[in-house]
Amino acid sequence: MRLGFSAAEEAFRADCAAWLAGQMAGDFSDIRGISNLVDKPERRRLWEQRLARDGWSCIGWPEAWGGRGASLAEQVIFAEEYARAGAPNRINHIGVELAGPTILAFGTEEQKRRFLPGIAAGTSIWCQGFSEPNAGSDLAAVRTKARIEGDQWIVDGQKVWTSLAQFSDWIFVIARSEEGSKGPKGLSFLMMELDQPGIEIRPIRQINGEAEFNETFFSEARCPADSLIGAPGDGWKIAMGLLSFERGVSTLAQQMQFRNELDAIVAAAKANGAASDPLIRQRLAAAEIGLRLMRYGALRMLSNADPAKIDGAALTYKIQWSTWRRSLGELAMDVLGQEGEISESADYGFAILPNLFLYSRADTIYGGTNQIQRNIIAERGLGLPREPRGDL
Amino acid sequence: MEFAFTDEQCMIAETARIFFADQATSERTRAVMEGEGFDRVLWTSFCAEMGMGGLALPETLGGAGLGMVEFAAVAEAAGAQVAALPLPGLAMVAAALLEGGSAALQSEYLPRIAAGELVAACSADFVREGVGDRLSGTARFVAYGGVADLFLLCGETCAWLVPADAKGVAIEKFVTMDQTRPLAHVVLSDVEAISLGDATGIAAARAGWLCLAAEALGGAQAAIDRTVAYALERKQFGRAIGSFQAYKHRLADRVVDLEQARSAVYWAACALDEGSDEADLALHAAKSFAADTFFRCAADMVQLHGGIGFTWEHDAHLFLKRARGTQSALGSGDWHREQVAALMLGEAA
Repeated sequence: MRLGFSAAEEAFRADCAAWLAGQMAGDFSDIRGISNLVDKPERRRLWEQRLARDGWSCIGWPEAWGGRGASLAEQVIFAEEYARAGAPNRINHIGVELAGPTILAFGTEEQKRRFLPGIAAGTSIWCQGFSEPNAGSDLAAVRTKARIEGDQWIVDGQKVWTSLAQFSDWIFVIARSEEGSKGPKGLSFLMMELDQPGIEIRPIRQINGEAEFNETFFSEARCPADSLIGAPGDGWKIAMGLLSFERGVSTLAQQMQFRNELDAIVAAAKANGAASDPLIRQRLAAAEIGLRLMRYGALRMLSNADPAKIDGAALTYKIQWSTWRRSLGELAMDVLGQEGEISESADYGFAILPNLFLYSRADTIYGGTNQIQRNIIAERGLGLPREPRGDL
Repeated sequence: MEFAFTDEQCMIAETARIFFADQATSERTRAVMEGEGFDRVLWTSFCAEMGMGGLALPETLGGAGLGMVEFAAVAEAAGAQVAALPLPGLAMVAAALLEGGSAALQSEYLPRIAAGELVAACSADFVREGVGDRLSGTARFVAYGGVADLFLLCGETCAWLVPADAKGVAIEKFVTMDQTRPLAHVVLSDVEAISLGDATGIAAARAGWLCLAAEALGGAQAAIDRTVAYALERKQFGRAIGSFQAYKHRLADRVVDLEQARSAVYWAACALDEGSDEADLALHAAKSFAADTFFRCAADMVQLHGGIGFTWEHDAHLFLKRARGTQSALGSGDWHREQVAALMLGEAA
């Protein structure tokens, strides 16, 4: 057990920090510090391509597919330096961190050749088509249907909460490919191009006024027969494999964003005197401790990265960070007082901290609600009896 | 960077787990609770036979030459059984002597402490009266103060080593809520004491915070494990009570706390071993977070066992009382969090 980094790793840190600082001071200074996912999408697409050009887009991927085969420590370092430099949230997070690793793990050679270069180059942006109006916590209840017709899959149905679909080129979809099947059986995992007549995207306005996620409608949408990852009926297995990549190194980049948010609260508290209130100091300290423990929890999880035996740190990670961040939003509002109630712009748009308060209400819902997380921890982690299932 | 036990660390943790599970049984602990609250036989086995008393001491001083990560793993195993042992005193006095003791003092005391021949206890808030070569003053609520052979008394600016049998040392023992860790006042009147360097007090405190945090982690884990076992066995309304969501979710929340406490303890242990500049932050985080987590786990252990959890016969109260004592020992959670706030923000206005 060792937390320090080697001299070679520190040299790597200096390399990536220098490159990132150069970009953020130079060609991409206009998107430095953007923390939401919706502003300046075209500039951020170009940023993806710049990362790719200089070999920083998907450093954890194998070299053969455009990555660097970076070690865990190097990926940790890059994630930290990326956020420290104020580089914007990755608009192709889903492509690089979820779609790519899934194709690497489960795709055929032909599929790798077809999909990976676009992701690595930052020219194909991806989104995720899992949830449906009647398949939220109970994801296996998806009703979107896929049927094969000649050399094409035909897809009908509706997805919802499709983050960033309006900026994306591709979507991966789980759909019911076996007529009459129920639950996790009979699902397939399809890669589909979004720009086609059979797909319609409608943004959903959120409580913070922004529209990051969407409803995505499929009416006879099409993709070639060989767009299915794994075998027909393997969709659930592939989807669960994909979700395990969600607990990857990108969690550390997300934490650096949390660091920036906590620092902004500390600055506000110092500016308005709240930093001398003993109760606020207790909560700021608890937030700092929570953020540090998140980092070390993630490092434990990544150091034990054996997907076959998911350990306690990995099982509890989602509820840990989401609950922490939701509390951070509440702390931000208590530090700001009524100043936090005032919109920054005339069209209902809030500054980073009030927006954090609003946005973080979603953190304990998406990607598995806190209630579902507790079931998972109790059932998979502690071996307590499973929840009774209703009639499928 | 590798935040996981090495094979050797896994082996040490497993050896300690088996040792305490076999030896620090409820029956034995309850027997010593009726007396001085210290399992001397267990302490001798632990120190001498297992060779674990000197785990983090240099080999030249009778130790195993390992670090605080290994020590934490052992303390975790001791905490899981609420073992009635003066582990924090050992950790604190050893750290203080390594930091501020002369070579002669180190070789006089450390091998005997490591071998379990000398029982050491430590106070982090000794209040001195007067000045001069000889020492007077009071250390209140010293854990195992009633059984110790050697005291380390840390004041605000200095620390002293005092043999318990020195002339002028008076001990006032108390019946203590946690009978596995009895407290005593140590009162000194004009005692010949050995003065240690300025930095020894903080070295002792750091080791003590880590030891308490690691024991608390073990206690929290055990409280959860035992409650899970009960939840699977106990049936009401024709079902295992652990199948009810109200029950599962409460336990799940404790697991979320526990996993963070685990990260905190081993972060702090690594930070100490590696001399990281984050060490103080890590230790304040670990002591406050792990002690609070232990308390929540032990309190839920009582609640989720129902009536049986409130009986003397059931072990739940051993965990509850150890947890409560740990929260108050060596700085409350609020005090440690204020230290973190001061590191983040500067001193309170």
